[in-house]
Amino acid sequence: MTLDTTLLTGWGRTAPTPARLSRPQSVEEAAELLRTATGRGVVARGLGRSYGDAAQNSGGLVLDCTALAPSWAHDPATGLVTASAGMSLHDLMTELVPRGWFVPVTPGTRHVTVGGAVAADVHGKNHHVDSSFGAHVRSLSLLAADGSLRVLTPADELFWATVGGMGLTGVVVEATFACVPVETSRMRVDVERTRDLDETLEVMTATDDRYRYTVAWIDLLARGGRMGRSVLTRGDHAARDDLPVRMRRDPLAFAPRPRLSAPPWVPPGLLNRATVGAFNAAWYGKAPAAKRGLVQGIAPFFHPLDGVAHWNRMYGSRGFVQYQFVVPFGAEGTLRRVVERLSNEGVVSFLTVLKRFGQGTPGMLSFPMPGWTLALDIPVGQRGLAGMLTLFDEWVAAAGGRLYLAKDSRMPAAMVASTYPRLDEWRAIRDGADPDGVFRSDLARRLCL
Amino acid sequence: MKNALGSVDTVLLLGGRSEIGLAIVERLVRAGARRVMLAARGGTAPAEELRKLGADVHLADFDAARPETHAALIEHAVAELGDLDVVIPAFGVLGRQSVYDVDPVAAARDVAVNFGGHVSIGLAAARRLREQGHGTLVVLSSVAGVRVRKANFVYGSAKAGLDGFAQGLADSLHGSGARVVVVRPGFVVGRMTEGMTPAPMSVTVDAVADAVIDGLRSGRRTVWVPGRLRPVFAVMRVLPQAVWRRLPR
Repeated sequence: MTLDTTLLTGWGRTAPTPARLSRPQSVEEAAELLRTATGRGVVARGLGRSYGDAAQNSGGLVLDCTALAPSWAHDPATGLVTASAGMSLHDLMTELVPRGWFVPVTPGTRHVTVGGAVAADVHGKNHHVDSSFGAHVRSLSLLAADGSLRVLTPADELFWATVGGMGLTGVVVEATFACVPVETSRMRVDVERTRDLDETLEVMTATDDRYRYTVAWIDLLARGGRMGRSVLTRGDHAARDDLPVRMRRDPLAFAPRPRLSAPPWVPPGLLNRATVGAFNAAWYGKAPAAKRGLVQGIAPFFHPLDGVAHWNRMYGSRGFVQYQFVVPFGAEGTLRRVVERLSNEGVVSFLTVLKRFGQGTPGMLSFPMPGWTLALDIPVGQRGLAGMLTLFDEWVAAAGGRLYLAKDSRMPAAMVASTYPRLDEWRAIRDGADPDGVFRSDLARRLCL
Repeated sequence: MKNALGSVDTVLLLGGRSEIGLAIVERLVRAGARRVMLAARGGTAPAEELRKLGADVHLADFDAARPETHAALIEHAVAELGDLDVVIPAFGVLGRQSVYDVDPVAAARDVAVNFGGHVSIGLAAARRLREQGHGTLVVLSSVAGVRVRKANFVYGSAKAGLDGFAQGLADSLHGSGARVVVVRPGFVVGRMTEGMTPAPMSVTVDAVADAVIDGLRSGRRTVWVPGRLRPVFAVMRVLPQAVWRRLPR
């Protein structure tokens, strides 16, 4: 049991705060650590992929859960997987894919833990069909504030306060969830370019439902008539017959490795208008106007950024913010205003991703709702950034939308209260499960959760 | 908590009627701070403007000359505001040297406020900031304390003491997540200096507040206002005593 004080940040590398960091190996040890918590409280941490301060706890205790009671089991008859919360989706895929199974939902990186996927109720490119991670979870075990281990199912209120609850109801120790059978480790992918935002929205609305996985990458630096031009990447798990003959011998091969690593220090400002503009133009230019039936691996299709280890360092020492909002269908006007504004201001966003959401889960603080979600990565230090995002906050809230807590590092507390209508209900359940406020995080303090 | 773009949620101003202090708080509120405590003698301070800007403003009674009450005040502020993101002790008295020369008791009393009061509230605040692992203490020092002049050496020596205290406190907080920003303004044209002839390179209250905001965002440890006072004082500090003594003011 180690209790070193460590400076922690999220993936965006902003606003570091110190905490005692401990890495329990067993549930008993974790329960023992909960008893040592001071008034500053405890929060669980996985692989630190939340962009903001969700897994930070200034002056308090942070439990690194990546070594907590590691185990996993798969029942091929039911497709159910039971995995320890600290297990990464990467490790899980490495086990499951060669056996012909795939996780129900993967975010844009494999390097998240099962516990993190539950706590943030993560979504992926299949949200319009399959909803978010929580929709596939059959049961959870949760280490509660009093040190007891509770097994929760979707029939429990506390289950839906924990799914999307950002780790504030307890420490997720294990989860059982339904996986998806696959014939191959490859994807059959259609790529097409659109001329502008209108066409992007039209094509996605009209034909997204033909695919299980879809996403649009938007070239934000394109202006005027080309504003909102995008590359749509949409696909399904490939059947064995979709593969070229040479791949059919080992259709379930899966062994992705990062090929590159970002250097430990990068000058701030490396990603600027010129470099990102050049990248965007090249990326858009290299995409085929329309190409059908491409065969791609799981890693390049779902997790292109995992190909560069520590890619978050590319934003320099000041870090970056990710701004991800959702607005309901019918609020396309808000989406258009945001894209116009970003395009006109020449905001440098390296990866701007647009996605159509389907049904959300009953998670009280879950982010997804039917509508459009746009995610931006913006380096800290751009002039006028805070003011612009505050303006977007107002537009998004007025349209009935909201921001994703796992990405947030800057929204005002009042916005959570006004855009998550079930916040009070969540608070009541959280207060019941944790009456003394043992579970705390910087995110919870900043947003007065 | 300070957010990714440097905005804060809570501010505690000690000397709740201070012109410079209020100017800093107003800027923090405009940038997103929502919970503010103005602590001043008698518990009265101009809260209306800040409330109009959307802040939830608490008032508290605070006497810089009664250090025995300072720890309790910090606890009260935490109870009302939560974690303290920015703490600004902005109280102080600027008496005339000619008065101090004939009234040593008044001089000692003012030094007790300008130095002693800052020490006790600064230590009480630092204890809380260290415990919470974040937050910034803004110490309003002065160039008057960088090298003390005969024209105001009682005030100047208190500021010299305060500046040294702040440097030491900053070092002691290093690694705790909390930090200290030491502000060294030149002559500030404002209510406190009304009727006095401005010194060269004088600044406005707004300029000081802007520089403090800049210092809070940049993470710098020392903020000179205006910035060119820094090289000027690098020279002033090494002037021979015989020359320094002859400076007119």
